[in-house]
Parts: sequence; structure tokens; C-alpha cells
Amino acid sequence: MSRGASPHSRSATPRRSIRSASLRKDHFSHSSRSLLDIESLSNRDIDSLLKEACRSSSVSPKDAPLMRRHIALLFYESSTRTRCSFELAAKSLGASTTLVSVTASSIEKGESLIDTGATLAAMGAECIVIRHPSSGAPHVLARHLNVPVINAGDGMHEHPSQALLDCYTILRHRRSFHGLRLLLVGDIFHSRVARSNALLATRLGAHVTFCGPHALLPDVAETLAPGVRVTRDFDAALPEADVIMMLRVQKERLAGLQLSVDEYVRKYQLTSERLALAPANALVMHPGPMVRGMELTSEVADGARSLVLEQVRNGVAVRRAILLRALGGRG
Amino acid sequence: MKRKPNLADPKSLLITGGSLIDGSGNPEPADVLIENGRIAAIEAPGKIARARHAVLGVQGMFVAPGFIDLHVHLREPGQSHKETIASGTTAAAAGGFTMICPMPNTTPVNDSAEITRWMQAPEREAVVQVRPIAAATIGSNGEHLTDYRSLVDAGAIAVTDDGRPILGDEIMRKALRAAAAAGIPVMQHAEDTGMTQGCTMHAGPTSFRLGLRGATSEAEASIVARDIALAAETNAHIHVAHLSTAAALEHVRVARKRGVHVTCEVTPHHLLLTDEEVGDYDTNCKMNPPLRSEADRQAMWEGLRDGAIDCIATDHAPHAAHEKEQEFDRAPFGITGLETALPIALMAAGGDPQLAVRWLSSNPAAVMGWKEAGSLRVGAIADVVVFDADEEWVFKAEESKSKSKNSPFIGKRFRGRVRHTLVDGRLVFSR
Repeated sequence: MSRGASPHSRSATPRRSIRSASLRKDHFSHSSRSLLDIESLSNRDIDSLLKEACRSSSVSPKDAPLMRRHIALLFYESSTRTRCSFELAAKSLGASTTLVSVTASSIEKGESLIDTGATLAAMGAECIVIRHPSSGAPHVLARHLNVPVINAGDGMHEHPSQALLDCYTILRHRRSFHGLRLLLVGDIFHSRVARSNALLATRLGAHVTFCGPHALLPDVAETLAPGVRVTRDFDAALPEADVIMMLRVQKERLAGLQLSVDEYVRKYQLTSERLALAPANALVMHPGPMVRGMELTSEVADGARSLVLEQVRNGVAVRRAILLRALGGRG
Repeated sequence: MKRKPNLADPKSLLITGGSLIDGSGNPEPADVLIENGRIAAIEAPGKIARARHAVLGVQGMFVAPGFIDLHVHLREPGQSHKETIASGTTAAAAGGFTMICPMPNTTPVNDSAEITRWMQAPEREAVVQVRPIAAATIGSNGEHLTDYRSLVDAGAIAVTDDGRPILGDEIMRKALRAAAAAGIPVMQHAEDTGMTQGCTMHAGPTSFRLGLRGATSEAEASIVARDIALAAETNAHIHVAHLSTAAALEHVRVARKRGVHVTCEVTPHHLLLTDEEVGDYDTNCKMNPPLRSEADRQAMWEGLRDGAIDCIATDHAPHAAHEKEQEFDRAPFGITGLETALPIALMAAGGDPQLAVRWLSSNPAAVMGWKEAGSLRVGAIADVVVFDADEEWVFKAEESKSKSKNSPFIGKRFRGRVRHTLVDGRLVFSR
């Protein structure tokens, strides 16, 4: 080349990114044992987790496949049911657990997430169950540690064990997800439960409808997965719903968004009258904690079609399956 | 070509065998003679006798005016664990830059003539020219103007509160007036921070999927529109730093047609990457402004090609590994960029080296109104870059000269590489 332009292609359309998918989730060496999000689970993973949950629901107290195994529960956010559920699941399999919570640890002294995780692993934790207010925190841990990481809820991102237990619960009442119509109602934007459930249900062939006001449900939510749609009209969506999943509403959040509680209740609270608009066999679910009188009435929460307590019960079985997968106890 | 020039005696150096991009016409084969730090002669190949000079053979390469970066963070004073003026300017030289303009968000903030001078002092051991951009307001607090005249006397070339944008209308108006009187532009990181609380990336499908709060295009565009209105009113020069959205670019286009003195820059990463690259919380794709949508990226490309965007600036923003290896929302904004700017500019230019040089050298000089820089003419200061537009290479962390390695381009294959950089006629970088 002596002069003039070099022989690059002068294509009119600019090229897309030159970056390859170097940091995609399949990059993690132990990805097959971690549970970071529903997105990175294969259909086979999902299938075997649900089957294992089914098997392990009838596990006898003497059967302790994780005897002498050690699991750390790293909780940067308060939690009742998820923490207890993982703890019970671990203990019922014979494993020991250590709970590290934000108020009683070096975390407050400024230790980094990676250092905290590495410390737990160095002390013998073979699996870390993490709940964290930052979306993607489990991914940071998984990238830097050589133990499986279980996401017990990360910021607004995902809550995969909740979605799996919800799915498991639905399958106890419905033969399949194929064609099932799932209606998720409320604060979708801030909800990791909504994201995980929508991703899992659509993957299994369900139609998902998000329902809520603009401030809590941006239009972009429709792009989450194929088969997801957005509506603002709860009453119109109810006749088309096989499963109605109500999400918790935080009053302070409404105030921040300048939404009136009265208006929210009027439009989006699930009442007995509203439930009558749904098909007669429609199921009502709630991941908890519930705020009675906000997103749903006590009548509905305690009604015949409510699966709320069954969800909690099934949580232990599903988390047993997740821990068995993580620690290679079986299958 | 293997013969090393005599660096001990840099009085005269003959660069021979390359194609010259002088900032005006098409590349022409030419030999360039440098004497006493200035361009002494530019002649047809072979016309200048080799005997009396050290010779730098650059067959097959382009010889161009050194690149000018109007937007870098050198982290000194105060944050030398991320970068120093010495390490940052070494990275600049490796990227072909001969003049770089460090932002004032140091510790303390560069809001005084003293710090401005300190940054340019010989003790900093800069290997390329450092032209500081000083704070527009004291402490970059957006309340009281700094002393623009004394800052200019100390060597500052513009003012900005980069990263802490000037939001108040009245203080911005005052800043523009004072800057116009001092003959410098106000540079603005355009972001209505009231609209971007807690935002860590661009608002779109990816931010929704990842559960991250997203900054909208409006947060950038609204400030650009406001600044343009105030610049028009005050007859001042507003330079929009790292423009990233189609909406903001539209405001710039309209204002330029109206004759408002508005200029702007785009970063290499906004030309190449989109918000999807955040992938699974890759903090090396976290910067501010964030990577935008594909439509925005295309708009940046077009704006650069049709001249609505003046130049490329890297927004080189080094951070230590332990700072970036955190939860996405806790990790600091910014990526390094000095060493990867050329191949990305070449890519955006469709491989046309002349166009790339215009965006990296002639145009940033023109934005600042610098007659001496951005071109190669007899008599000019010999700030020169020699690059191979076709060399393929991989950007490796261990080879990077910056103290920090926070780049989304680590491990990526590029085409087009800097081979030599000369500042004041001295060879400051060679590979």
C-alpha cells in the first residue's frame, strides 16, 4: 500500500458490535450447578428441577444426601419465607447452614461482596445462597468464586426459586403450561418475581399478561419475552386468566410515584367481585408477603381458590431440588 | 525500517516512505523532515537527502498530525491508584495522541490556576501535551464561577463541571458569558441528574430485563436544548461532551443551521456498542452517558459522517479493578479508551484513514480554534502520529499502558494500529 485509502470495506451500513459474547452466562464454569436466573436455565434444567422437587417432596427424614455438606446463606436484605425455606430445605437434606445477614457481619465494615463470598468459601461453604438489593449481585459472586451460587432474589432482576416453586404449584393443579394464561398484576417494574415468573411461564408455553398502571409497568415490559403482553385494564384481563398472580404493593412506592392508594385499590385490588369475572377454576397466587387490603382482600387471600400457603409449602421441596442440583447430591 | 532513529540527538529526523495526511487534501506519498521540534520540510519521496538525519522508515504507513483528545480523565491529583498523568499520557502516546485535555474531576477538583499549573508541571512527567480543562464552578458545586481569566492564563483551554453538570439556568448563563469573555468554550456533560437518580444504564429492553434503572434520552437532550438556547443568547461557545442520543443530536443539528456556536464530540464506545452489551452486568460496559440503543448508535455514526458531530473524544476514564469488580450499581462509571480510539475511528470511517484523522486530529483542533495543531505543515510543531491502517492486532490488558484495564475491548481484535508517536519532534512511543 503506497497511498490512498486502505482496502477496508466501505459498507454503507455500520457494523454491529465487534464484541463477542465473552461475558455471557454460559461462561461460568460452574453454571450447571449455580442458579443465577431463569434466563440461563435450559429447558432440561427446568424439567429436571421440577421432577426432583416432586421426588424430594416425599423425602424421608432419614434420607440425608447432603450430610456433612455446608451451605452459606448470605442475606443482604431481610427475608422471612425465602430464608427459612432455603434453611429448612438444606437441613432436611442433612446439610448444615450458616446465616450471614447484613446487620451482623463485616459487610457493614465495608467488605466487598467478592471478599465476603470468598471468605465464606474459604471457611468451607460449598454453596452460597444469596439475597441482595443489587440486580446482578449473584452474577458478580459466581464470576469470582468456584462454588455454586443460588440467587434468592437480586434487586429488581430475578427470583428464580420463587418462579420455580410457583410453576411447581401451578403444575399440581394444571396438567401443563401449554396455552395457560397467566395474569401478573401490580408493581411489575420493581418485581423480580414478575420477571422470573414471566420468563419461566413463557418458556413453558404459557401466555403472560402484565397488568398495572404506567408508573409501575412501563410498555417496554412487553419485550421481556415472546408471549408477554401489557394491559392496564384488570377487569378486561380477568376473564382471560387461568392463574392470577398478585404482587405486593408498597404504599411508600406509590407515594413516590404520585399514585393515589385509593385509585390503585379501585383499579387493581383483587376483590371477590373481581374474581367473579375470572373463569370459575382460575387460581389465585401471591408470592408474599401479602398486604391485605391493598393488592387483595382477605376474603380472596383466604378463599378457596387461593394457593398462597401451598406456594409456601412447595417452596421447601423446590429448594431442596435446587440445593441437590447445586451440590450434586443426586441425578 | 528496522534502523532505530538516534533518539539521543533528536535535532533532525527524517520520516520516510509513508503516505502523508496533512489534514487538508488526499494522502500523498511524502517524506517529512523534522528539525528542532518542528516540521522543517515536506517533500516528494526521496527528495530529502538521508545522510545528515536520523531516519524513521515507515513504508506502507500513514503519517498524520498527532491525535487530540478533548476529553480524558487522568485522575491526578488525588486518585493516582487509577491513573497518573505519567501513565495516562503514556497510554495516550500508545494510542497516537499528542495532546490530551484532562477533566477537572480530580481530588481536589481542578478549580484553580495552581492545580491547572501543577498538572502541566515537568514533575508530572507527561509524555504528550497536557491541556487541562478547569472546573466551571468552584468545587464543581454549580454555585460560584471560578476565575476563568486566571485559569486561561495558567493554561486551561475550557471549563466544565463534567460529571456534575451545570443544571441551574442562571449559573450556566453566567458561565457561558464569562467563558465567551475569556475566549474559551464551556463543555457540558449533558445530563439532567434529577431525571437519572439511581440510573446505571440506558432505559430500554435490556435495562428492564436486568432490573436496572435506566436513564432516558430526554435526560441528555433536555440539557443540550437548554444549553443551546443559553449559548445563543450569550453568543458563547457550548461544546457538548460525549453526545450519545439521537434526540440530543437533533437539537445540535438545528442549532448549527441557526448559526449557534455549538460543537460536540462522540466517544468510540458510543459509535461501536449498544446497551445490549451490558449483557450480564458487565461493569466494563457501565459508563455515563450509558451505551444507548441501536438507533442512537446509528445516529452517532451518521452525525459524525455528515459533520453534525465534530470529533471523536475518548472519555478515557480509568478505574481500578477492585472498583469495577462490584455489584453493577455500585461500580463506578467509565472505561479506558486512549489506546483503542484509532481502530474504532477507522471502522467508523469505513477504513478511510483521512476521515479518521479528521475526527481525531483536525476537527478537535478546529473545535478549539487551534491553528497550530491538527495539521502537518512546514513550520508547525512536530506532533506526529504514524499508523498502519491495516495491521490487525488484539488489545491485551497486559500490553495496555494505562494503569487501569477497565475496557470492554480487552481481548478484542482490531484493524489499524499506531506505530510511532512524536511530540515536539521527539519519538515518545514506538512499536
